[in-house]
Amino acid sequence: MYSYSDFDEAFVRTRVAQFTNQVERRLDGSLTEDEFRPLRLMNGLYLQLHAYMLRVAIPYGTVSPRQMRQLAYIADTWDKGYGHFTTRQNIQFNWPKLPDVPAILQALADVEMHAIQTSGNCVRNVTADHFAGAAADEIADPRPYAELLRQWSTDHPEFQFLPRKFKIAITGAPNDRAVTKAHDIGLRMVRNAAGEPGFEVMVGGGLGRTPMIGVTVRDFLPEADLLPYVEAVLSVYNTLGRRDNKYKARIKITVHETGAEEITRMIEARFAELRPLFGGNDLKLLADISEAFAPPAFRSAPTDAYDAFYSADPVFRAWSDTNLTAHRNSQYVIVTISLKAHGETPGDASSAQMRLMADLAEKYGHGDLRISHEQNVILPHVHKSDLPTLHAALTQAGLGTANVGLLSDIIACPGMDYCALATARSIPVAQELATHFEALKLEHEIGPLKIKISGCINACGHHHVGHIGILGLDRAGVENYQITLGGDGTEDAVIGEKTGPGFAYTEIVPAIERILRAYLDLRTEPSETFLQAYKRVGMEPFKAALYEAEGEKDAA
Amino acid sequence: MSRRFTPKVVTANRLREGDVVYLTTDDRWSPVHHEAELIEDEAHAQMRLLHAAAQKLLVVGAYLADAKPGANGPEPTHFREEFRTRGPSNYNHGKQADLAS
Repeated sequence: MYSYSDFDEAFVRTRVAQFTNQVERRLDGSLTEDEFRPLRLMNGLYLQLHAYMLRVAIPYGTVSPRQMRQLAYIADTWDKGYGHFTTRQNIQFNWPKLPDVPAILQALADVEMHAIQTSGNCVRNVTADHFAGAAADEIADPRPYAELLRQWSTDHPEFQFLPRKFKIAITGAPNDRAVTKAHDIGLRMVRNAAGEPGFEVMVGGGLGRTPMIGVTVRDFLPEADLLPYVEAVLSVYNTLGRRDNKYKARIKITVHETGAEEITRMIEARFAELRPLFGGNDLKLLADISEAFAPPAFRSAPTDAYDAFYSADPVFRAWSDTNLTAHRNSQYVIVTISLKAHGETPGDASSAQMRLMADLAEKYGHGDLRISHEQNVILPHVHKSDLPTLHAALTQAGLGTANVGLLSDIIACPGMDYCALATARSIPVAQELATHFEALKLEHEIGPLKIKISGCINACGHHHVGHIGILGLDRAGVENYQITLGGDGTEDAVIGEKTGPGFAYTEIVPAIERILRAYLDLRTEPSETFLQAYKRVGMEPFKAALYEAEGEKDAA
Repeated sequence: MSRRFTPKVVTANRLREGDVVYLTTDDRWSPVHHEAELIEDEAHAQMRLLHAAAQKLLVVGAYLADAKPGANGPEPTHFREEFRTRGPSNYNHGKQADLAS
């Protein structure tokens, strides 16, 4: 993976020193909170409901075993022994104390990590396909481009005070696992007629209070034009973006108000100005970066042990069926470690679990770990012969849950258990859904299903693109949960449709059960997934299942 | 006639630790909601909020939160404020743990 250059190292250390001094000045009163707040946010430090929260960037979701161990050390030393992996491939510590934050940032810098630009109206952590460099369907590893974008956007003087935050996602595969269509800029690698790799550029996607699917402004962007083109998009947005209204300040509104055709014209015009100013150093840098992402030295060994174990052990087989994905090397697989044990908090890992995952990555995974936007941890390169041992080690640590892609593999934002912006809780809803359906033993029968839960309209839990989305709101001082159906975060991205009136905290799990029982009744065959069934029959049968029972109850 | 004033408490987060605190009648910052001063007069509430906001080295983000009288002292009326008196629901962390020990 990429290692800091002297420049990166000096930059991060300088920032730690600056922020250390700013914290001192806040604590001695030289800085007021109004002065300090933007400074702490620029360094990822929020003040949440019960405590401060530090959001640490995990660029494009790639983390080394050494870094993972340092995150565990930070969790034990300055927090409560765990971390929360987020839908933007970051990690959040929920309990740091302000005077300790400089030491935490120092410890992060020791392993080439930081919390810079994880907040504020700037270009945030660039996210990528968590199977990058391993997936069988990939055209090229998107991470060198993501790293190039990270270096370009970090402390970029023109883009430190954008109208609003700005999120870029990139995927190197036709199957979109990075929700690129719901990002301010989505980059999807494609090939042109000549077979050369480039990008489809989508602009103005986003979730939040006004969910929108990104508009394609370029069908094919040659890879050599990536940086000037992205800079052109940012530049147009920086000029046009609605600084007058926070709720209209994201680029999705700019695209919507300006019109796809006109904004495309403006981006192309700006690109024509910028292109000649890029003299090729960006491409030299990209070539250097790419070397750091060279594939590991795959080993060749028999895989019969795996096949034998697969037929002999039903528990191992169940885990293999849900948690493994095809690797480009047929002797290898991609392992998804579920951070969704039934009843646990989605995305949380204890320090002991982090250390174990680091050890296992070193032993069996060519030293590579990824964080997915679905809040799981990935070992992208595991030889099939190592899977039985790996699975046993994971199971012992409570990390062997066989549920990836199933009902209990829920995305949930921290919600009102932690977040100051939340309007309702989301974690306990996720916990209850998982344990409820586990008790009913229905999860495997239901099959592939993405439930996504947000505790407020800002949609950190991606509820709009959940097959079943749940949005927690405050309705007259009571938690109320609105359901959307049919959302999809893949290359066929769709925003889910609202079912109707929401449900109380105690009613939401039974409501989801009614939807899923209706699905089991109406599917043509077990292989028809919930999403396929929804696309076939539409909202009505689910609405009937959801609300007719209520009508009967009221009448009784 | 103007609407009846909903009683309030002054609440904030501690600057250093970030935990939730409440302003007491004798000008302390208590971690316990029951110990807060229940303010029943709007003008007095504004005075107390100004007093709180001036304590820049102790607390951050002071505001007035709705409350009601209870057997042991003021109680929150909104679920958000109730969560703030306790901590998160997924772990025994925050006040529910700190105040028990």
